[in-house]
Order: sequence, then structure tokens, then C-alpha cells
Amino acid sequence: MKLKTTILISAAVAALTAFTAQAADTIKIAFIDPLSGPFAATGTSGFKQAQFAADMLVNQKGGVIDGKMFEIVGFDNKISPKESLVQLKRAIGEGIHYIMQGNSSGVANALTDAVKKHNDRNPDDLVLFMNYSAVDPALTNEKCNFWHFRFDANANIKMNALTDVIAADDSIKKVYIIGQDYSFGKAVAAGAVKYLGEKRPDIEIVGNELHPIGKVKDFTPYATKIRASEADAIITGNWGADMVGLAKAIGDAGIESPVYTYYAANDGITKTIGASGKDKIRLVHEGRVNPPPTDEYKAYHMAFKEKYPEADISQFRIANALVMLANAMNQTKSTDPAKVAMALEGMEYTTIQGDKVVMRAEDHQLMQPISISVHTDENIILDADNSGYGLVTEKTISAADADIPPSGCNMERPAS
Amino acid sequence: MSEISKTASPATARPLMKTLLPWIGFFILLLALPNIFSSNVGLYTMNLMGIFVIFALSYNMLLGQGGMLSFGHAVYFGLGGFMSVHFMNYIEDGDFTFPMYLIPIFGGLIGLVFGIIIGSFSTRRAGTVFAMISLGVGELMAASSLIFVAFFGGEEGVSGDRTTGPDLMGINFGQDIHIYYLIAGWVFVTVALMYLFSRTPAGRMANAVRDNAERAEFVGYSQRKVRFVSFCASGFFAGIAGGLFALNFEIVTEENLNALTSGTVLLMAYIGGVGFFIGPIVGAVIFTLLQSILSNYTDIWQLYVGILFVLTVMYVPQGLTGIFMMHTAAWRMRRVGSLILPYLRAGVPALAMLTGIAAFLETIHHMRSSVEGETAMSMMGVDFDSHSFVAWIVILALVVVGGYLTRSQLPQLKEAWEMANKPPAQREGAGS
Amino acid sequence: MLELIFFSLLNGVVTGLLLFMLASGLTLIFSMMGVLNFAHASFYMLGAYFAYTISIYLGFWVGLIVAPILVGLLGAVVERYGLRYVHRWGHVAELIFTFGLAFLIEEVVQFIWGKDTKAYHEPEILQFPLFTFFGQNFPAYKAFMLVISIGIFILLLLILTRSRVGLIIQAAIHKPNMTAMLGHNVPLVFMGVFGVGCALAGLAGVIAGPALGTFPGMAFVLGSIVFVIVVVGGLGSLTGAFVASLLIGLLQTFAIALDYSVNDLLQLFNISFDADSALRDLWTLSLPQIAPILPYLLLILILIFRPTGLFGNRET
Repeated sequence: MKLKTTILISAAVAALTAFTAQAADTIKIAFIDPLSGPFAATGTSGFKQAQFAADMLVNQKGGVIDGKMFEIVGFDNKISPKESLVQLKRAIGEGIHYIMQGNSSGVANALTDAVKKHNDRNPDDLVLFMNYSAVDPALTNEKCNFWHFRFDANANIKMNALTDVIAADDSIKKVYIIGQDYSFGKAVAAGAVKYLGEKRPDIEIVGNELHPIGKVKDFTPYATKIRASEADAIITGNWGADMVGLAKAIGDAGIESPVYTYYAANDGITKTIGASGKDKIRLVHEGRVNPPPTDEYKAYHMAFKEKYPEADISQFRIANALVMLANAMNQTKSTDPAKVAMALEGMEYTTIQGDKVVMRAEDHQLMQPISISVHTDENIILDADNSGYGLVTEKTISAADADIPPSGCNMERPAS
Repeated sequence: MSEISKTASPATARPLMKTLLPWIGFFILLLALPNIFSSNVGLYTMNLMGIFVIFALSYNMLLGQGGMLSFGHAVYFGLGGFMSVHFMNYIEDGDFTFPMYLIPIFGGLIGLVFGIIIGSFSTRRAGTVFAMISLGVGELMAASSLIFVAFFGGEEGVSGDRTTGPDLMGINFGQDIHIYYLIAGWVFVTVALMYLFSRTPAGRMANAVRDNAERAEFVGYSQRKVRFVSFCASGFFAGIAGGLFALNFEIVTEENLNALTSGTVLLMAYIGGVGFFIGPIVGAVIFTLLQSILSNYTDIWQLYVGILFVLTVMYVPQGLTGIFMMHTAAWRMRRVGSLILPYLRAGVPALAMLTGIAAFLETIHHMRSSVEGETAMSMMGVDFDSHSFVAWIVILALVVVGGYLTRSQLPQLKEAWEMANKPPAQREGAGS
Repeated sequence: MLELIFFSLLNGVVTGLLLFMLASGLTLIFSMMGVLNFAHASFYMLGAYFAYTISIYLGFWVGLIVAPILVGLLGAVVERYGLRYVHRWGHVAELIFTFGLAFLIEEVVQFIWGKDTKAYHEPEILQFPLFTFFGQNFPAYKAFMLVISIGIFILLLLILTRSRVGLIIQAAIHKPNMTAMLGHNVPLVFMGVFGVGCALAGLAGVIAGPALGTFPGMAFVLGSIVFVIVVVGGLGSLTGAFVASLLIGLLQTFAIALDYSVNDLLQLFNISFDADSALRDLWTLSLPQIAPILPYLLLILILIFRPTGLFGNRET
């Protein structure tokens, strides 16, 4: 058996070393996200957007530092923190120094911790973590670390903007909060209670519920409960399959109250909601789609649709993250994560949507304008899920107004 | 009896040497491996292998040695992991001082405790009832792990840091290579202990109960007690594996004790061969290789594992080790050499056929999952167009010709096999 | 509150009857052949996927009829060429075989249909609210599921109690050897029952697909719950399976609807606990949270204290 094992391993490892021998002029970026399972739709869509952004906005513009190209390599983490660390080890093993992840704050918490440990122990083999979508506020507050950069607005920044809109609506007296049972869902619930309490103490929270993430197949019992609570508005942070299921159940049960969400668009969600959610579902997000903010963005969006007719640009921040990374590399003329990280700190950048964004040096949170949009089929230029429905921006809050100062971030920077 | 063994002691010195030899070889192999495969991926794979080897062996104490089919063995593995990671955090917080490399003991202890609790009622019966209870317990613990957030950490699990606490000769286990030697040490010790357990009266009686519970009772052993002892020991070793998992990954999540992990260990043990002590080791090694290396090349590696598993259950219930062990008779009679040519004659076309089938699956998969219009793909270093006519002809030819040739070679293989295994008794019988 | 109870009751019955369609086939197979078919829920998944593919080309109604038949045939093939072959290696091997089959079917489904959720929808003519009660809609499709499930239950009951085939099956359940001695082709009966059981599971998949989603994990989600029903209901007892299905169905919906925690109970007796203790989860446990545990707790308790199940007369 030992001989056999040895032969097997040596054959396999020999094949592997041949496989990983890479061209020196590409910079690999590991995209660690769910590419299978209940959240595969969100993960694979993000993967396509990352590949497209790297291609269009970096590689076709000549790459970075005299023609080095970005290559996005997909690693399937099945939305599991443990599997993400396995994939992180694999990525590091393949000589990758930049990782990208977004889906699930639980995963991001595990990754940021693992990246920090890895960098502490292997100062010659550093890794930089670009978080494009995990918005648990803790990641840039008490759990912040030098190697983690967040390109999405955190849950509190978004909730602050969202509750501004809710607070302005006098017809809302009762609110129902429902979310997924993990750090992000809890952060949304806590944020909603906090900001509604400050802005509209008269609003009664008639339900504050967490359900298992990715495991509920039939949301009808939850819809029944929401209906029975006679809530005037629903707040949810659900995403992926959990948002599809919730939206479907709410529609089926005939609930007419407005739903305030974080991620109720694209990846099959817009299509599922369809007419039943028109003018009812509102979304808080970065990056605007309708009306297209700039012609450059419109062309970019159309080109993406041409290449991937079934997908949408649902997470424009992915493009921002990659371009800012490229800029940091160009600025330092280096691919050393330590130097790149230093360059990213405080970096200013004007996105192709024409927004000025700043990577706050204190906590590595990207400061950017926040929009509130409504799900509708009127005035839609760029629709989602090819359904004719899409998001129309109703209100945009500038980066400065949306700002929430960091709290509890004590970042250790490498001595250099 | 005792006198005989005493007088025979000089004679048993050689067999003792002979029994120790594999262990010395095993020890040297464990020491040498990281020098052969020193890459990050190599180390990572071997660390995982070591953990799974212990886990699969502990599982085989139930299935192979005790005849108990468990669908919830991950419970002890997972609990061992959680307990260990909590102790890692206590050490980090300075609550108490304990060397990090001995942490898996806590994992083993919690596995043992839960083995005693759950074994006390589940080992009353074997067979389907035992299997169902193990499934129920497994699902129960998996569901509980998402509810009791203080202990299990919810969806995010619990993470720890292995570099704190008193170090061992200046090594703080920050590097993967240190963890490798730590795991290797634990693997050596636990494999030896599990082997010794299978040689104790308790281990022997477990076999007897598995084969015929009624007869074992007549000899004076309570089948329930025998199963209970195996069950507890198995829980202990699974817990140790869990503790090593916690040290290696520094995170333990609910996946460590869910049904998927329970299924994986069954898969590993069975593919390797549950009837042999080294079967689960082979299974764990092969499974880890497939998992960490095959998955680099193909998205559908689990499909291959599934096919391999079902074929094993149907046609080779003795597992892969069993196939090798089938040759012991021929080996003893020094006739294995006569099998090489027939194997080659049947094996080469069979390999061609398998390549064809794999190419078929891969090409279909590529056509379905790749971007619209992208038809170029590569497999085993060959680049081709998945939509081209030629590619399909080649695949078809591989399958058909390979299959036909394999079939045509089977009679001669069977004949050669029978020749090689024909008992030599005939000749000796003729001589006497 | 009345509204909540009414709709929870309705939803619970829909879920329960759906589970019964799976459990009825499984309990027949289990009691006749002694094999707990791990792959049973996989046939349920295959039903949904077959129906999805058929519905693209020929519409929902063709899928409703054709998909279960295909699944049934596939089930018969699995019994004839898989299970019967493995039978020679013993019961444990059979159990492991069905386990491996479940694993393999999931992989094959992912291979053929991909890993994402399929857009398998209810037919247009059933997409309307059947009635509105307290302002809450009850979708017509749920009523359709209800009607189909009840129809199947009545049909099964009639076949088993009123037809000759039913008598032979009942005989084979209780005394398989005796039935064989009487000259009945028991292997054929086995194959038939296995096929029909799988077809029922397939039918459940066809009608559950649009409501609960058609995705590769759908078998895994239901798989172990169906075991619980079979064991709790009792070996070979259709009535038992029926009662246990409804019980589990209602348990799952009501547990979500009723938001009570241990803390609430304790407060009735004026007991309060330290909110920061390590055991805090115990006191704050609410009914929706412990809902997923209850079926398995029931399973273990039944296996320990009443191995015959609630309505069975033979041990598992």
C-alpha cells in the first residue's frame, strides 16, 4: 500500500507542479465564492463580473506595470467558512497573493482571520484580501485588519440610508424584520432596531426574526406570520435563494406592504418578483443602473450583456475593487501585497459611474455614495434578468452624508 | 500454554522483528514524505490525509471490526474538533497553560464521553436499528450545532490560534510543515493503538460479534458490551482526529459534524476496504488525493467518486485493498509474475475505454458549462474543440474499441487468474 | 391569531401530505424487502427534474403524468439490476448501496441539469389565489397539491385493501416466505412495489418542484425526514405513515408560527436567568429554533422505547 501511495502521490504532485507552472506576466486573483449550492447563482454571477471587469477595465487597457495581465481564478467555497480556508490554502499553494470574496460575512470573518494569521506567520508570502460584498460592520470595526479592504458599504451605512427613507414615510407604524441567521442577518436586525429607534421611536417592531441561512425551502409559514403581524413595512437583508423564496412567499400570500431590502435584484430574484413587487420593493445599494449615470457605464453594461446574456452587472463594486487594485499596483510599480496595501489606503478613485470614492485609511472601508432604488418596469433602460423589470434610483446619498465613523478598529500596520 | 510460549521466546524474536518492520517502515515513510512533497499543496494534502486516516480507521472499528453501520460518525469527529478549538482559545486567553500539541487529547475525551452516552443506548442492537439511531443522532447534533451558538459558533463556527501556549523546543506550529510532523506523530501513535486494540480480546470479540452474535454470547460475551466497548473506543479516536482538524485548520464549523462528513467517512472506509486494517488508510489516502488533486482538473470529480463508490459496493465489496489482497495466494506461490502480461493485455484497452468515458463526460460538461461560443477545452494535456466532429469520433472510438478489446481479453485473464491461483496441492498430493 | 392558526394548519397539511407520498412508497419497500432505501428522496428529486425538462417542451400536465412513470421504470431497473445483485452481500451492503446511489444520483443531476435552481413553475392556470381569508391569499396550486395527495392516498388504500395485487402485497409484507411458497412471484412483486414506490416519490417531486424549488439539494433536505416518518409511523403501516407525515408536517409549520421560548415558559413561573452565561442558548431557545431537532429526537426516542413505531406490529 505504501508503495502504491507513494507512486500515486508522486504522479499526482508531478502533474500538479506542471500544472501550476505559471506565466510570469499574469497576476492571479483568487475568486473564493460559492460556485455551487443554493447561492451558486450569486457567486457565479460575481465571478463573471470579475472576469469581465478584469478583462475590460484592466487587461484591455494594457494591464498593469508594463503589461502584466489580471487573471481571475475561481475557487468554489460552497459558502462554507471551513471550505473557504481550504480554498485559501489551495490558492496560496498555487502562488496567489490576492484574493477576492464577497458572499457571506461568515466566510469573510473566517477569511480575514486566516489571512491575518497567514501573513503574521509568513511575512515573505503575503496575501491581500479584497472583500467586495460582505458587509458585516465588524469587519471594518472590531475585527478590522491591515490586509482586509472592503469595497462595499457596510450594513450600518446602508441601514442608515434605508431608515432615512422609512423614517420619512409617515404611513409606516409597524415594521417586521426578517433575516438569515448569521452575522450579517444579525447586523441588519441590530442596525434596523438602532436607527429606527433613533429616527422614529414611534415605530413598533412587530417581528424580529432570523431563519436558517440557505436551508428554508418554503417561506410560506414566515409569510403567514408577517401577514398576521399586520406590518406596514418589511426589512430584510436576505440574498440569493433566501431572497427568491421570501419574495415568492410574500407575493403568493398577497402581502401589499413595502419591502426594504439589501439584495432583492438580479440573479433570478427580479424575475421571480416580477409584477407582484412593482413599486413595492426597495433596495439600498451602491452603484446605479437606471438611469445609467454615465455613457461609459452604459456601454460597459451593454458589452457585459452581450457576452453574458443571462447574467447582469449586479455588483458593480467588483469592477471598482479590481481597478483600484490595478491603480495601486501601477502607482507602486510593484505587486508586493504590502506595498499595494499601503497604496490602497486612502486611495481616491473616480468610478466609471462618475462617483468619487475613497478608501478610508483608518478602517479600510470604501466611502461611496449610497442609492435607494425601486423595483419597477417603468423608465427601465437596463433591465435585470431580461425581465423588463429593473431598478430605478429614487434617491442618492453622497458619500459624506452616508458616512458612519469607524468604531473599535485598532489596526496593526506592518513595520516598514 | 505459558510455558510453551516462554520456551519458544528465542524463536519468536524473528516474528517480532517481522511484526515491527512494517511499523518502522511506516515511521520512516512519515518522516520522509514532506521531503518528497515539500510544496504547500503537498503538505496541505498530506495533513488532511493524516486526519482522515485516523478518522476512517476509527470508523472502521465500528463497520469493519464491529459490524455496526453508522451514519453519524461525524458527531464525535466534530465534537472533538469543537472541544479542541475551545481549549485552544482558553490557552490563547491565558485561562490555563497547556501545550498546544496535546490538544487533541481533549477532542478524544469528549468523543469518548459522547461515545459512552450515545453508545449506552444505541449499541443495544446492531443492524438497521443501530444505523437509524446513528442517523438520528447525527442529524440531531447537526441541527443542534446551529442552535447552541455559544458552543458551536453558529454558521461561522469557532476559530482559534494554534501558535499560542508553551511551545515545543521553540516550535510554535505556525508553519504547515510543523503541523505535518505533529499530525504524523499523532497518526503513528493512534494507528498503532488502534491496531493493538484490534488485537486485544475486546477487538477480537468485536469480530466474533460481527460475524455471529449468538455464538459470541454462548462463549460468554455480552454482544452489547462488546459493541459498547468498540463504540466508545471509536468515538475516542474520532475525537482525536477532530482535534487534529481543529489544529490544522484553526476553525471548526457545523460541517464537521453534519451528515455529509458522516457520509464521507463511510465512503473512504468502504472504498478502501472495510475488511482489512489498512483498508480505511488506503481509502482515506485515495479519497483525499481525489478531493484535493482531481478537483483541480475537473469540476465533476465528485461524479467520478460517486461512480467509483457504487461500483465498489456492487462488484468489489471487499474494497480496493481487497483487490490487492486477492493476490496474496498467487504471491505466496510466486506466480504474480504470470499475471502481469494478462493484466496489461486487458488493462490497456480498459484504460482506453475509461479515458473515452471520462472524455465523454468532460466534453459534455464543458459544452454545458462554458461560455457561449467558447469551444476550446483541454483534457490530460490534449487541447481540442468540444464541438468538433473529430473529437466526438475519437471519444466514440476510444469507448467502443477499448470496450470491445477489453471484453475480448477477459477470457484469457480469467484463465491466467485460475492458473495462478490453482492450489499447488495437486502436485504435492501426487508426490505423496 | 385565528388567521395564523388557520393558515398554519393548511400549510402543515399540505406539507404533511406531500411527505406522505414519499413515505408511503418507502414504508412499503422497507417492510417488504427490509431495505431502508436511502435513495428514495433522490427519486423524488428525479421526478421534479424530469417534469421540469418535459414541461419545457410539452407543458406541465404531460410532465405530471410522464415523469412519475419514467421514475417508476428507473426504480424498477435499479431494483432488478442493482439491489437484487447487491443482495448477495447482505443487508449492510444493500443499505450502503442505496446510500451510494443517493450520492451518485445527486452528482448525475448536477452533471445533467447543473448546480443552480431550475425555473420550474406551476402552470399558468393554477397561478391565482384560490381564496382570501383575513386578507391573506391561499394559492390555488397548494390546493392542487392537496387534492393530488389525497387522491393518491385513497387510491393506495383501495388498491391495497380491495384488489388482488393488494392482497398479495399485504401478504408479502407480513410473511414474505410464506407468500413465495404459495407460488407467488415475490421478486416480481418486489420489483413492482419498488417501482411504484419510486413513481410515487417521483410524483411528489413533480408537484413539489414548483413550490419548494428544483435544485440538486432537494433530495438531501427531505431524505432523513422521510426516514423519521417511516420509523415513527411503524413498519409496513400505511396508516402509521399517514399519521406521522401529518404530525411532522404540522410540527414544522406550527413551530415557525408560534414564537415561544423556554424563557417565556420560565417567566410564567417567575424564574429568570443570567443572560450572559454559557448556557444562555438553552434559556433563549425558541420554538422555531428547536423545530428542526424535534423530528430526530422523536426518531431516537421511538427507536429506543418503541422499536415497532406508533402503528407497526413488527420491529425494524
